[in-house]
Amino acid sequence: MILQILFIIIAVVTLVSAIFVVTAHKLMHAALWLVLALFGVAVLFAFLEASFFAVVQVLVYIGAIAILVIFAVMLTRRVMDDSGPQLIKGWWVALVGVGALFVGLLAALGTWVGFQAGPGPSPDPALLTQLGSDLVDPTKYAIPFEVASILLLAALVGAIYIAADKKGGKE
Amino acid sequence: MPNFWSDPFGFLIQWFNNLLLGWGLPGGTVQFIAYVVGAFILVAGSLFFCLLLIWAERKIGGRVQDRLGPNRVGPFGLVQAVADMLKIFTKEFVTPDGVDKVVYNLAPIMSVAAVILLWAVIPFTITFYGNDLNVGVLYLVAVGGLADLSIVMAGWSSNNKFALLGAFRAVAQLISYEVPLVISLLLPVMLSGSMKLNEIVRAQDVPFIVTAPIAAAIFFISSIAENGRAPFDLMEAESEIVAGFNVEYSGLKFGFFFVGDFLHAFTIAMLFSVLFLGGWRGPGADQIPILGFVYMMIKTSIMYFLGLLVRFSLPRFRIDQMMNINWKMLTPIALGAVMATAFVDKATANVLATTTPVLGVILRTLILLVTNGMVLWVASDLMGSVLTRKERRVVALEARPVARPEPPAAPIEPTEGEVS
Amino acid sequence: MIPLYWFLAFSIALFCIGLFGVLARKNAIAMLMGIELMLNAVNINLIAFWRYFFAGDAQLDPTRAFAFVAIVFVAAAAETAVGLALIISVYRRRTTVVANDMNLMKG
Repeated sequence: MILQILFIIIAVVTLVSAIFVVTAHKLMHAALWLVLALFGVAVLFAFLEASFFAVVQVLVYIGAIAILVIFAVMLTRRVMDDSGPQLIKGWWVALVGVGALFVGLLAALGTWVGFQAGPGPSPDPALLTQLGSDLVDPTKYAIPFEVASILLLAALVGAIYIAADKKGGKE
Repeated sequence: MPNFWSDPFGFLIQWFNNLLLGWGLPGGTVQFIAYVVGAFILVAGSLFFCLLLIWAERKIGGRVQDRLGPNRVGPFGLVQAVADMLKIFTKEFVTPDGVDKVVYNLAPIMSVAAVILLWAVIPFTITFYGNDLNVGVLYLVAVGGLADLSIVMAGWSSNNKFALLGAFRAVAQLISYEVPLVISLLLPVMLSGSMKLNEIVRAQDVPFIVTAPIAAAIFFISSIAENGRAPFDLMEAESEIVAGFNVEYSGLKFGFFFVGDFLHAFTIAMLFSVLFLGGWRGPGADQIPILGFVYMMIKTSIMYFLGLLVRFSLPRFRIDQMMNINWKMLTPIALGAVMATAFVDKATANVLATTTPVLGVILRTLILLVTNGMVLWVASDLMGSVLTRKERRVVALEARPVARPEPPAAPIEPTEGEVS
Repeated sequence: MIPLYWFLAFSIALFCIGLFGVLARKNAIAMLMGIELMLNAVNINLIAFWRYFFAGDAQLDPTRAFAFVAIVFVAAAAETAVGLALIISVYRRRTTVVANDMNLMKG
């Protein structure tokens, strides 16, 4: 009972902050609402007993990605003076399309048999060590792990190269 | 029912639970209320303890700088912090025009919250801790990352170019120093096999400062940089950018930043003693939990004192020196130490398992110590050339534009009849 | 006890809000924020399914979902970094972040 109330509160907070993210006038406010939405998602991860991902969500998304977004907002501030409409002209088309998608997806999933399922048994606390050994196990998930690290390396090198200020370069 | 003298915290918790159950509340609600009250007491206790910390800092700082600290208000100046507190409470909140009200007021709150949240996972005794999270070490890093957000919010909402500049530099410093912090935190996790802080304390038969000295040193340095204390106090360099990101804050809001700063310094000392010095371990701490609390406070005070000595002795770093230290020195050494320790630990685990437990522990300690020494030796060898490379241009040999001498100015002739 | 469809409805709603942000905002950085919301909705979906069907049973290989979610985290971080670097780079050249104005390659 109390879990349901808590879930509804957190879900409503997250959805409302998400709505503010996409409709805020000032871009900085949108970035801060994004932080709140990401935090709400982290709390939901903790609800679902995925404690590792709750903490990683705060660490990666809020601690790194949100700060990166805020930096980008501050570095490109001169032009978008937060005046005038923030949405493009045809925004009501997008709204209708998105609403249709929402209803359609819910209806399509509603016919599935497991839609009303209750939660299964709780996860084993030793799952974390199991994840660690699985990520480097060659028969399991070592390949996705290595590919992810190569992706991060490529993103790192690419971002540095793109954003580097070339003095006297192409203008 | 634990004995009051050997475990006062446990006794009080048990007594409170029994009281609430006696009033007829269901078990789940009792637990929830106990959590809320416990959290409240922990937060209030830490904030009140901050008064003592401020006094200690000013006294010790004064002695290091060859002067007495505060000694007028109360015996030995103990009440000075209370006087400061009263002054800050009664100051007016000067809010400049054009600030973003919500963000402006939220920033100091988040700054203090990010520090107090760290206290939730620290084991004070063998039985007294907030919550032994499965991912305790990762939680420490994640919550520490919330402090950067509060600085960005403070700097941006102040509607002040200097504050924004200060916030930029501060966040650059903070997110850079998170990298060696996280890498050096991997070593206690590896050596103890778990991310729970209580398990890490339990696994320290030999304190980790002996088996992983490089990680201890890097953790200490990175934590000081994360906190923003000297020699890394570029964030609030009073002589350079007039108090940096908190220039527009006055009264209690500035007091919040201040309290957050000091509390963070103490929290770093506590974390260091938990992760590397053995926390509440000591002779007799298993049976008598209150002794564990005493040991923990002694170790924390030693590390806090060390931090204060560092603060009052070293001059401030420039921002490029700081970035150099981080990316060219701390991160490679941390990575090297992690790799070497992992390799050596796994390679010798089978061999050490065949010896007796005591001999096994001693041998493992010695082997890891030797490994750390070798990593340091290799690192200093390789990086000596990189760090001392002269990067200054040779100015004297460049062709500089020569100033053309001006033609001599015509002498000013006094006009006739204006002789005064 | 929370039935599964509460989590599914929440994640679909978050995804749709993010999609609206991508489709209807002028600023390129705001579009990136919408993409972040969509990726978070996907993560919630994955973890909800993991918890409700795969968590307790050791036979069903419960860490499979963890590997998937970890890859989504990594992909989101990498894509945000590169996307923001691109936006800043375009801003330097043409001092605009309105997505409609980045139309040099328009045929």
